[in-house]
Amino acid sequence: MAKDSSITGYLSEDELKGRPGIPSEARRRKGAVAVLECLEDIPCNPCEASCKVNAIDVGEDITTPPRLYEDKCVGCRTCVPICPGQAIFIVDESLSDNKATIEMPYEYQPLPEKGEMVTALDRAGQELGVATVTAVKKTEKMDRTATVIIELPREWSMKARAIRLKR
Amino acid sequence: MVCVGAGPAGLAAALEAAKNGVEVVVYDENDRPGGQLFKQIHKFFGSKEHRAMERGFNIGNSFLNEARELGVDVSLNSVVLGIYENGTLNVMIKDRIEHVRGEKILVATGASENMIPFPGWTLPGVIGAGAAQTMANIHGIRPGDNILMVGSGNVGVIVSYQMLQAGSKVVAVIDAAPKIGGYAVHAAKIARVGVPFYTSHTIKEAHGKDRVEGATIIEVDKNWKPIPGTEKRFDVDTVCIAVGLNPMSQLLGMAGCKMIYVPNLGGRVPAHDVNQETSIKGMYVAGDVSGIEEASTAIIEGRIAGLAIAHRLGYLDEPGFLQQRDVQLKNMVGLRSGSHGEARGKAKEYLNAMMKG
Amino acid sequence: MRIENHPILGEFEKGRRVEFIFDGKTIEGFEGEPIAIALRSNGVMIHRYTARRNEPRGVFCAIGRCTDCIMVVNGLPNIRTCVEPLKEGMVVQTQKAKGSEGSSE
Repeated sequence: MAKDSSITGYLSEDELKGRPGIPSEARRRKGAVAVLECLEDIPCNPCEASCKVNAIDVGEDITTPPRLYEDKCVGCRTCVPICPGQAIFIVDESLSDNKATIEMPYEYQPLPEKGEMVTALDRAGQELGVATVTAVKKTEKMDRTATVIIELPREWSMKARAIRLKR
Repeated sequence: MVCVGAGPAGLAAALEAAKNGVEVVVYDENDRPGGQLFKQIHKFFGSKEHRAMERGFNIGNSFLNEARELGVDVSLNSVVLGIYENGTLNVMIKDRIEHVRGEKILVATGASENMIPFPGWTLPGVIGAGAAQTMANIHGIRPGDNILMVGSGNVGVIVSYQMLQAGSKVVAVIDAAPKIGGYAVHAAKIARVGVPFYTSHTIKEAHGKDRVEGATIIEVDKNWKPIPGTEKRFDVDTVCIAVGLNPMSQLLGMAGCKMIYVPNLGGRVPAHDVNQETSIKGMYVAGDVSGIEEASTAIIEGRIAGLAIAHRLGYLDEPGFLQQRDVQLKNMVGLRSGSHGEARGKAKEYLNAMMKG
Repeated sequence: MRIENHPILGEFEKGRRVEFIFDGKTIEGFEGEPIAIALRSNGVMIHRYTARRNEPRGVFCAIGRCTDCIMVVNGLPNIRTCVEPLKEGMVVQTQKAKGSEGSSE
């Protein structure tokens, strides 16, 4: 029996492939875009409500997982700290052929600092390697959920989903 | 109206009733109001109508402010000992016992935690998940440095995340069931920082003489039987138990409410109608005491009960009541559907049906 | 064990720092917090020993429900330390069995 996320706790790349919340590689290469890693039928729609460009659709039945309209999404990051499940990331693969940035929610102390080298972790918490923090954002509107932007090799753009501080 | 319990359900009911002009007193045995809301430091799910995106403690604070503005009397350190005929209650307030009478009574006493016994379960360091949450989020102290979480339902995965936020290490989350019980997004949040899940595993033993020094887990087969030779030992100082909740419905049972055992709602729960009224006229219920659900459903049930009470006492006319109640019922639909909510919704319909039959 | 800077809750509001006596030793806690929390911050895990088997017990539910954490406080036995607020100069003793007034024996 293949171990899926209902056993491991984390989504595999196979489970995410082609899902309505996942932007195509072509779209990611064009610039920042939201990645909605939310596949379960839980009652929740703040992502849809927060999106100013109507790029996220949940619909009347709020247990429907969110669909991303990748061409509408402008990568504005509003939805990242909004998601109660911390399941939204902003991926940008437009910088160069071998670099990408990922913005992710971060609710631990201490916060990393801009320029700090951190360890990028995949969905299973396994170490991928070194990433560089390029920005840390925390405003009142984000209600104590900070977000951290890391730069790392592009091949990890759809793998890295957490960081561990080296200090 | 007398309200027993100042958690999300009780406060929501008190606010709806008071807004319509009902005189409300709320009793709570704790020295702080809000029930478990103030321990909920994550952002809530749902939609705007359910106050999604807001953290539990913020919702708690806004309820308390509103209660103050409306002049709702919240009496703390007040244990309701019994409810008798004609709406009489015995309340122990600090060291004295008072008799009070409510024209309408709402029981919103919440739930208590389930436990599982195993060798070593009485050792200092074995605690309920609620205790871990209380220590870390109310009193600002880490329950332990290395924690084994027993139970992967929403309480287990949420409290695990809270322990990480408090600076503890969670060495594993185990569950005897073959699948993780909580929301996938909650599980993913802790998996991505390296917390492993062991499904089809139960705790075999907590080790230690005067306190927990380690714990051994063991795999179980399809019939929940431990499989010898599959033991794994963890060096932990804390074992946290999150194996479900049961309704604290004793007051209702003693008062003579028609009680029904419903496994999907956590145990013995009162039959009640769509307005949250029990088999005893004038006695209402809301929240976990009427079936284990969530804070967001508890708030809606409380609001419905508060509106119904205001209506019955003549403070809210029939059309006004039905219109406001139906808004609440509509808000409930999403929360009782989907793979996590549907069974609870069905069980609630069954409880409603039991009032008629 | 105290959480210094919580990512969501920030700093915890506490009363003033006070001394109290645990099994004859003077230790510190914050006024108004549950006795059990002050004890835990000093590394104390054992609150009592059971009557029949003399087994150690500590905090279990932390909300005053299970009574596992009862101790002798100012000479009174069976005080639920997880909900009883700490006061300056309190005398807290590990409870043996059912305890008895005025002593921990």
